[in-house]
Amino acid sequence: MQELIMTYGIPLAIIVAKILAIMLPLTITVAFYTYAERKVIAAAQMRRGPNVVGPFGLLQPIADAVKLLFKETILPSKANIIVFLFAPILTFTLAMVAWAVIPVNEGWVIADINVGILYLFAISSLGVYGVIMSGWASNSKYPFLGALRSAAQMVSYEVSMGFVIVTVIICVGSFNLTDIVLAQKSVWFCIPLLPMFVVFFISALAETNRTPFDLPEGESELVGGYFTEYSSMTFALFFLGEYANMLLMCAMTTLLFLGGWLPPLDIAPFNWVPGIVWFLLKVGFLAFVFLWVRATLPRYRYDQLMRLGWKVFLPLSLFWVVATAGFLVYFDMVPNAG
Amino acid sequence: MILQAIAFYLFAGVTVASAVMVVFARNPVHSVLFLILAFFNAAGLFVLLGAEFIAMILVIVYVGAVAVLFLFVVMMLNIDFKAMREGFVSNAPIGVIIGFILIVELLLLVGGWTIQAPAIGAIATPIPPINEVTNTEALGHVLYTKYIYLFQAAGMILLLAMVGAIVLTHRTRPGIKRQVIADQIAKGHMDTVSVQKVPSRSGV
Amino acid sequence: MQDLNGLLLGYLPIVIFLGIALGFATVMIVAAYLLAPQRPDSEKISAYECGFEAFDDARSRFDVRFYLVAILFIIFDLEVAFLFPWAVALGKIGMLGFWSMMLFLGLLTIGFVYEWKKGALDWE
Repeated sequence: MQELIMTYGIPLAIIVAKILAIMLPLTITVAFYTYAERKVIAAAQMRRGPNVVGPFGLLQPIADAVKLLFKETILPSKANIIVFLFAPILTFTLAMVAWAVIPVNEGWVIADINVGILYLFAISSLGVYGVIMSGWASNSKYPFLGALRSAAQMVSYEVSMGFVIVTVIICVGSFNLTDIVLAQKSVWFCIPLLPMFVVFFISALAETNRTPFDLPEGESELVGGYFTEYSSMTFALFFLGEYANMLLMCAMTTLLFLGGWLPPLDIAPFNWVPGIVWFLLKVGFLAFVFLWVRATLPRYRYDQLMRLGWKVFLPLSLFWVVATAGFLVYFDMVPNAG
Repeated sequence: MILQAIAFYLFAGVTVASAVMVVFARNPVHSVLFLILAFFNAAGLFVLLGAEFIAMILVIVYVGAVAVLFLFVVMMLNIDFKAMREGFVSNAPIGVIIGFILIVELLLLVGGWTIQAPAIGAIATPIPPINEVTNTEALGHVLYTKYIYLFQAAGMILLLAMVGAIVLTHRTRPGIKRQVIADQIAKGHMDTVSVQKVPSRSGV
Repeated sequence: MQDLNGLLLGYLPIVIFLGIALGFATVMIVAAYLLAPQRPDSEKISAYECGFEAFDDARSRFDVRFYLVAILFIIFDLEVAFLFPWAVALGKIGMLGFWSMMLFLGLLTIGFVYEWKKGALDWE
């Protein structure tokens, strides 16, 4: 018994502790990200934003969470209850599980797998199921239309995201996220691969259904999009999942293009700061850009959205894959050659 | 090691159970969802074999793309399930025959491998040990050079699929105004506004 | 580099994480269901329809265009899937490997140009 605990119990406890050390701060950050969104948009529109609950309205997300917890869970009569309830659970779970491979500092990662970036790509390609399942299970017109639009949109932008990831992998020669960050020691990839950085970030906006690509939940035409019929905690899980996905996209962009936890310059005042601080600063900045974009830009039209995805981003990123590979092969700079 | 065995039986059990549910679920959308669960657990089995890349591609391509298409089709057709079940009895013999042939083929294949054990040693490109080269790299080393013809054939098939899909589903609708962004940008004020000299006291 | 056992141990946390996250989400929904008063009535649980009674089945047939998008997505996703091992192995497979991929991409570019010209990428 003693031996069993020593060989299995303790490593297991360490793993669980690590998981909770990611999951709990993440959930709290996501809650406060919704607060930040309201404050940033309020500032952009010269309003005050939430300022009643707690100092500067800081307790607002907690109040929201408590309120949602004590609301009635509405199960629509015509809905397919099991799928209806599973959709938010799936969305939330996927948004959380993806963080298992995100290294926040050198070696600070729950699962350091060889194919880290593929895992992230796979998880983000599963995100579309939460949307389709909720839209179909609700058995109501607005969610159904919203889900269709959303699915087609997410799928369209995923292709160019895949090509962008391939470009980065060509420059690194590994799928491991730690390797990807360490390959940016000399220069962050956002400089040599600037167009791909822009494509990736805009695709990230489209993947997470954010303005200017928030047609699936265009209030003026589709009410709430695919989660029109959701209430209480089921709604809250969708909400948490969506905002956790936004933060995940920011973290992915940071790892692929902004050098992860690396300081901007490897000289004295910068490299005193621990890596995790740099990582959080970069993710925080990108998260702010997400909100900034929402406060600034109007909504795209659906045909324009499809045109941008298929006719601009896809050829551009495909061309860039060929150009990067050609450049590296021609100048004999391909990583791990031999 | 025991953990590995538990994981194997878990994944394998769920795969088989969900495959059975794919056939027996009354609602086709549920069938597709169970199919996705089966794919997912198959990916888990691949990870257990150390084939990380195949596992991830299974999730990305099959779950993330193919099953989305299945869901679209099933949702789009909005099938009347009762009408579909009517042909069940009359079509059952054909299904049984196909199932029987598949089982015989599987048995022959498995039997062939176990009887001719040395055949395994004769594989053209053995997988390099996992601690020398990662699985994906090992795949990349042979796929594009040694198996170049098969690779190009895959490219041809994809091209064919692309053309086929468009030929079958695309219909150009007449009388639709499209946005031509180049025209919009190229348009100057000279094209839309003209200044008229109007002589006084005579009107336009 | 690691052996198979080490590789599998790397995946163990993901499985545990999956379990914890699933459990957490389920507990949240069950808690809300138990904590909040549940008083459904037929108006409350009918499908939302901006004021009027819901008519017709919501799961109607929709545009075949969505299907076309899904098919094109599969094809390009497979293309990306073929690119992944190539990107990692590019240093080892030399000029033949490089040009074989260029040929592959060239073929698919022909398809891409075809669908562009056919107007399959337009959404009207």
